[in-house]
Amino acid sequence: MTTVKLGETKKDRWSAGVTPYAEMGYYDADYVPKDTDILCAFRFVPQEGVEPIEAAAAVAGESSTATWTVVWTDRLTAHEHYQAKCYRVTPVPGTDQYIAWIAYDLDLFEEGSIANLTSSIIGNVFGFKALRSLRLEDMRIPPHYVKTFQGPAHGIVMEREYLNKYGRPLLGATVKPKLGLSARNYGRVVFEALRGGLDFTKDDENINSQPFMRWRDRFLFCIEAVQRAQATTGEIKGHYMNVTAATMEDMYERADFAKQIGSVIVMIDLTVGYTAIQSMSRWARRNGLILHLHRAGHGTYTRQKTHGVSFRVIAKWMRLAGVDHIHAGTVVGKLEGDPSSIRGYYATLRENTIAANPALGLYFDQDWASMPGTMPVASGGIHAGQTHQLLHYLGEDVVLQFGGGTIGHPDGIAEGATANRVAVEAMIQARNEGRDYLNEGPDILAKAARWSPSLAKALQVWKDVTFNFESTDTPDVVATPSV
Amino acid sequence: MTQPETQAAGGGELIDLDAAYRDAQLQPLFDDLESALIGLTPVKRRIREIASLLLVARLRERLGLSAERPSLHMSFTGRPGTGKTTVALRMAMILHKMGYVRRGHLVVASRDDLVGQYVGHTAPKTREVLKKAMGGVLFIDEAYYLYRPENERDYGQEAIEMLLTAMESQRDDLVVILAGYKERMEVFFQSNPGFHSRIAHHIDFPDYSRDELMAIAELMLRQQMYRFDDASRDAFAQYLERRIRQPHFANARSVRNAIDRVRLRQAQRLVEQGGQIAREELSRIDADDVRQSRVFVESSEAPPLAEAASLRKES
Amino acid sequence: MRITQGTFSYLPDLDDDQIRAQIQYCLDNGWPVAIEHTDDPHPRNVYWEMWGLPLFDLRDPAGVMQEINDCRKTFGDRYIRVTGYDRRYGRQTVALSFIVNRPKHEPGFELVRSETSDRRVQYTVRSYATTRPTGERYSS
Repeated sequence: MTTVKLGETKKDRWSAGVTPYAEMGYYDADYVPKDTDILCAFRFVPQEGVEPIEAAAAVAGESSTATWTVVWTDRLTAHEHYQAKCYRVTPVPGTDQYIAWIAYDLDLFEEGSIANLTSSIIGNVFGFKALRSLRLEDMRIPPHYVKTFQGPAHGIVMEREYLNKYGRPLLGATVKPKLGLSARNYGRVVFEALRGGLDFTKDDENINSQPFMRWRDRFLFCIEAVQRAQATTGEIKGHYMNVTAATMEDMYERADFAKQIGSVIVMIDLTVGYTAIQSMSRWARRNGLILHLHRAGHGTYTRQKTHGVSFRVIAKWMRLAGVDHIHAGTVVGKLEGDPSSIRGYYATLRENTIAANPALGLYFDQDWASMPGTMPVASGGIHAGQTHQLLHYLGEDVVLQFGGGTIGHPDGIAEGATANRVAVEAMIQARNEGRDYLNEGPDILAKAARWSPSLAKALQVWKDVTFNFESTDTPDVVATPSV
Repeated sequence: MTQPETQAAGGGELIDLDAAYRDAQLQPLFDDLESALIGLTPVKRRIREIASLLLVARLRERLGLSAERPSLHMSFTGRPGTGKTTVALRMAMILHKMGYVRRGHLVVASRDDLVGQYVGHTAPKTREVLKKAMGGVLFIDEAYYLYRPENERDYGQEAIEMLLTAMESQRDDLVVILAGYKERMEVFFQSNPGFHSRIAHHIDFPDYSRDELMAIAELMLRQQMYRFDDASRDAFAQYLERRIRQPHFANARSVRNAIDRVRLRQAQRLVEQGGQIAREELSRIDADDVRQSRVFVESSEAPPLAEAASLRKES
Repeated sequence: MRITQGTFSYLPDLDDDQIRAQIQYCLDNGWPVAIEHTDDPHPRNVYWEMWGLPLFDLRDPAGVMQEINDCRKTFGDRYIRVTGYDRRYGRQTVALSFIVNRPKHEPGFELVRSETSDRRVQYTVRSYATTRPTGERYSS
C-alpha cells in the first residue's frame, strides 16, 4: 500500500493506461553501465512542456522495449533486463539541447548485424512527437559485440602490403565529368591519371550502369587502362569499379566480373543499404579485393547538429560492417567538415583504442579489440597546394583524392597526377627530415616546383582556391577555427 | 652551441669565453661528476682539461684558426672498481653536449663481443658492435685480451685491425675508449703501436685511498638507509685496511660486496635475536656485523687454498 | 623507364645526406632499418634479397650508410631499397620503404595480352630484364 497525498495520484506501474517513461525504469540515475552494454549518446530538444528527463527516458524506451501505453505482456519478460536505461541527462550550455546517455543490454542485438543494430536504435524513435529534434551523436560498441563482426575485409595494413606502398598517403582521383563519358573515353582518363602517378582512380557514386555507359563496357576499358599504367610504371594500380546495382544478384555479378578481369578493388555506395554492404564485405574478403565505400547520401542526415545521425556513428557501423575505404572528410576541401570532428572520425576509423574526447566530439572510449582499421578517404575540392595542410590534418594513412585537382590541370591529366604525387612525396620527405612542414609547406612545394613543371603549373592555377565557411556541425566544446 | 660568443675575426674584437662556457652547458655535467664520484681528483681534473681543450678547439675552428677535428680516442688505466665505466658514461655526455658526438650513448664491449670462434666470425661481430656505437662512445674493457699472440688460432688481431681502421677513418662517427690494468695496457700498446698515434688522452685511475673507500661505504649505506655507529665505523675502517692488502681487491666494487655481506649479517643477527626492537635498529650496523668477516679471522700466514678461492669469490 | 616503386620514387634520386635523414627518422621512431636488393622489378615481387639481417639497436645512420655502400659495391647494378619496420601492436608492417640504387638502364615492362572469350583479355606484366637469368640482367 502506498500513501497518497491529497491532490496527487501516483499511478501503479502495471495498471492500464499511460505511465511516464521515467517511472517505468527507462530512466535510472543509479544505473552503472556494464562493460557488455552498448551505450549511446543522443542530443535532443524536447517539445514545449516536456521534461528533459521524461524525454530522455522516452528515447530509451522507444528505442528498446516500450510502447506508448502499459501492456500486460511486458510482465511475461525479464523486462528490467531488456529495457534500455537512460543513466544520465546533461544539458548543453547556451542551448536548449540535452545529451541523453543510454545503455542497451547486449542481448537486444543480433550478433554481427548492422541492420539489426540500426533498426533497433534508430528505427523507431526519431519520429517521436515529444521531441523537437533528435540526433544520435555517438555509440560505444563493446568488444563483446565488435567480435561478432567480420570487420574490414583487408584493413589498412593489409591494403598497404597488398599494394606494396608504404610511408605516404595513397592518391586517387574520381573520373570527371561526373556523368556522360562513354566507356572508351572513361578508360582514357583512367590511364592518364594512373600513368601520371596516382595509385587509384574512382568511379563516381552515380556511375553504375547507364545508357551512356554500361558497366561491363566500363570495366573492360578500365582494366585495360589499369594494366597499361601498371606496365608503364612498374607499380600496382587500381580503379574502383562501382558494382552498386538494383539488386544483390546484380551486384554479385558485377563484382565477380571485376574480379575475373583482374581488378584489385571494387566500390559500392552507402545507398545499397547496410545488409548489402555486409554481404559485399564478406565477398571482398573471400575474393581478395579491396572494398571501397562511397558515403552517398549521408549528408541528408549527418550534417545538421540537432537532428539525424552523426557521421562518427556511421563510420563505426561501416568499420564493423567491413569496408576497407570510406570517405570521411577533408577539412580544407569543398564539402562540409569541421577539423576537430574530422579528426574524431579519422581516429574512430584508424585506431585500435580511442579515448573519449569531447573536443573531438568523441563521447565514449572505444576499444576495437584488434579489428583492422578502415582507410579514410579525403575527397572533394582539394588540390596540390594544400598538401601540407592535408598531411597535417589527416595524417599518413589516408587516400587523398584529387578529382578536379588532377583532371583540371592545364597541361593534361597525367601532368595533374604527377603534380599531386610529387607534392605528396616532397612533403613526406620534408616531414621526415624534421621540418615544420605545416608552416613551411608553401616553401617546400615551391622548392619542388622548381624541378617539377607539372607541380609548378598546378600551384599556379589553383593558388587562390580555398573553401572557408562556418561549419554547421562542430563539437560543443571548441569553436571552429577558420582554416 | 650558439654563435654569440665569437665575433667576426677582425682585429680588436673580443671573444666571450664565459658565454662559450655557459652555452656548452658544461657546469651541470661537472657538478654531476663531482657529486656522483668520490675522490678521483686527478681524473676529474683531466676531464676538465680535456673539456677546456675541446671548447678552445671549437672556438679556434669557428675563427678559422684550425681545420682539423681534434682526436678524441682515449685510454683509461687502473684497477677494477675505480670508476672507469662511470666516467666513460659521463665523458660520452660531455662530448655530446659539446657537439663532438652525435647521439652520446655508450656501448660497452668486451673481447667476447668483438672476437669470433672461427674463421670469418670476427669481422661481422666487430662490425655489429661498431655500427651500434656509431654516433656515441665505444668502451672496450680489458682491451688487452684482444691480443693473444701465443694462440695461433686466435682471431683477435682481426678485431684490432678493424678497430684501428675505424678509429682513423671514422673519427667523425665514433669515439673509442680502451680500458684495463695499467701495466697490461702498456704491454698491449707496445705490441700494437698503431694505437699510440690514435689515442689522444691517457687517463690513469688511481686506487682509492682508505679514507675515500670509507666515504664510498658511507655513501652506499646512506643511499640504502643504513648507518654505522661509532664502533662499527671503526671496525669497517680496520676491515678496509686489511682487505686492501689482500689480492684481487676491486676498490669500489669490493666495498659494495662487503656492504652487502654486512647487511646480510645484520639481518641474520636481528632475526636470531628476536623479540621487539626499536625502529633505528633496522638501520644500525653493529660492529659485530663487520667483525665476523673472514678478513679478521685471518692469521698472518698465507691462507689455505680453499680459503683463498673463496676469498677470490668474495672480491 | 624508371620504376616508381617506393615512397620517394617521384623525387630526384636521394643523395646520401637525404638518405641519412630518412634513416634517422626511422631510428628516432624505433624502426629497425633493413637493406634489400633485387634484379626482378615486378610490382608483385615482395621478397627482395636481404642484405644481412635488419639492423636492430642502432642510434645513428652511419652504420646503415656503411652497409648501403657495401651493398652498392656488390650489387650496384641492381635495385637496392631501404625499409624501416614498425613492430608495434596493430601495425607489424613496413613503415617506410624507398629505393637508394637503380640499374643504369631500366628496360621497362612488356604488357602481355592473352585474349580469351568475348572482349576479355588476360594480362600479365613482364619485365624485359627478366628474360635473362639472375645476375646477367643489368650488365652495364
